[in-house]
Amino acid sequence: MKKIRVLVAKVGLDGHDRGAKVVARALRDAGMEVIYTGLHQTPEQIVETAIQEDVNVIGLSLLSGAHMTLFTDVAELLKEKGLDDILLIGGGIIPEEDKEALKQAGIAEIFGPGTSTDEIVEFIIQNVKK
Amino acid sequence: MKELVKKVIEGDAKAIARFITLVENRDKDALNVIGQIHEYTGNAHIIGITGTMGVGKSTIIGKLAKEFVERGKKVGIIGIDPSSHFSGGALLGDRIRMQDIILNKNVFIRSMGTRGMLGGLTGAIYDVVKILDASGKDVIMVETVGVGQSEIDIVKMADTIVVVTIPTLGDSIQTLKAGITEIADIFVVNKSDMPNADATVMEIQIMLEMNKNGAWKTPVIKTIASDSEGIRKLLNKIEEHRDYLLNSKELEERRRKRYEAEMIEIIKRRLMAFIIDEPKLREKMSSLVDKILSKEVDPYTAADEILGTLLK
Repeated sequence: MKKIRVLVAKVGLDGHDRGAKVVARALRDAGMEVIYTGLHQTPEQIVETAIQEDVNVIGLSLLSGAHMTLFTDVAELLKEKGLDDILLIGGGIIPEEDKEALKQAGIAEIFGPGTSTDEIVEFIIQNVKK
Repeated sequence: MKELVKKVIEGDAKAIARFITLVENRDKDALNVIGQIHEYTGNAHIIGITGTMGVGKSTIIGKLAKEFVERGKKVGIIGIDPSSHFSGGALLGDRIRMQDIILNKNVFIRSMGTRGMLGGLTGAIYDVVKILDASGKDVIMVETVGVGQSEIDIVKMADTIVVVTIPTLGDSIQTLKAGITEIADIFVVNKSDMPNADATVMEIQIMLEMNKNGAWKTPVIKTIASDSEGIRKLLNKIEEHRDYLLNSKELEERRRKRYEAEMIEIIKRRLMAFIIDEPKLREKMSSLVDKILSKEVDPYTAADEILGTLLK
């Protein structure tokens, strides 16, 4: 009766949560347990929540442009706490040229506007550490 | 697994979280050692918070937790939201209302899906409460799913039950109906800046006056949780109720009932697992189903026959 537990988090000062909610709903419909944090999370809050909720996946959403700092901070904090087995993915308005650097930093995949939710579900199922 | 249990008892957040997952997944190894933590339990005050969806349960819990921590308590919170009967997935959103305590070292929050259980709780709830209790929490707050009128399983679980409602959710007839109105140790009328709050309080008080529930007089408290109004008063009442339970020996009585319910639950689960895992019984069941289909036997006789084989 194992279930994939996913933390969907809005990081930083950005109030656009439509996309995060759509993704959360799609993951729910794919049979996952989705913990939705609401807006304005700091990297510390996200990592602490990930520990307590024992999630397999963290999905970060950001449309403000601060992804290079905030996504990277979450990735580093996860490493520092020994949680690198958590699959970290991101979404939002992320320029093409930033994607490589984010992947280097530990974000497994970036999903931009127009991504089908099936694609995200599939990616999680394929890449989550069992 | 032994190491994990040791760390849980020491209060290590990562270990607690991991152990809860294993128990929730009904992991065999975890269920084999869960009995070992029983001796470390019984110190926490278990508070059930229940009520219809949207009345402010999560917000109230968030504010209560903050106040408990300020009074030097370690707090565990379990927020339960419904799992889909269709996909098995769930959207767990109770944390959204608990923002200012997320980084507090003395608070541990866990969100759970109901995973097919009705009654407002989840199947692993006894075990998860036990884990938090054994890990040294002084207070454990269990938030049920947003319940309707009759999801009262929380009675079997909590020392103190807080039922939350809001003004104008119904007329006086609603307070006369059986169900969750019967289980409250404390009533909260939240969002009491809405019109008709006083009328709602009065309806509830009139209903309560007709109850015969011993020496404890169920109070009705007005709150505006988003502004922290009434929270301190609510917390004082919760502690008063705990003192009442301790002094009147009712705590022991309630816990007795809880352990009995828990034991029956375990027997049921193990019995079912035994019947379903046993190949011989499965074979017999399948042949009995054939006979029920052809009207040779009825389902009751068939069930008795299975139970008869078990008891031999």
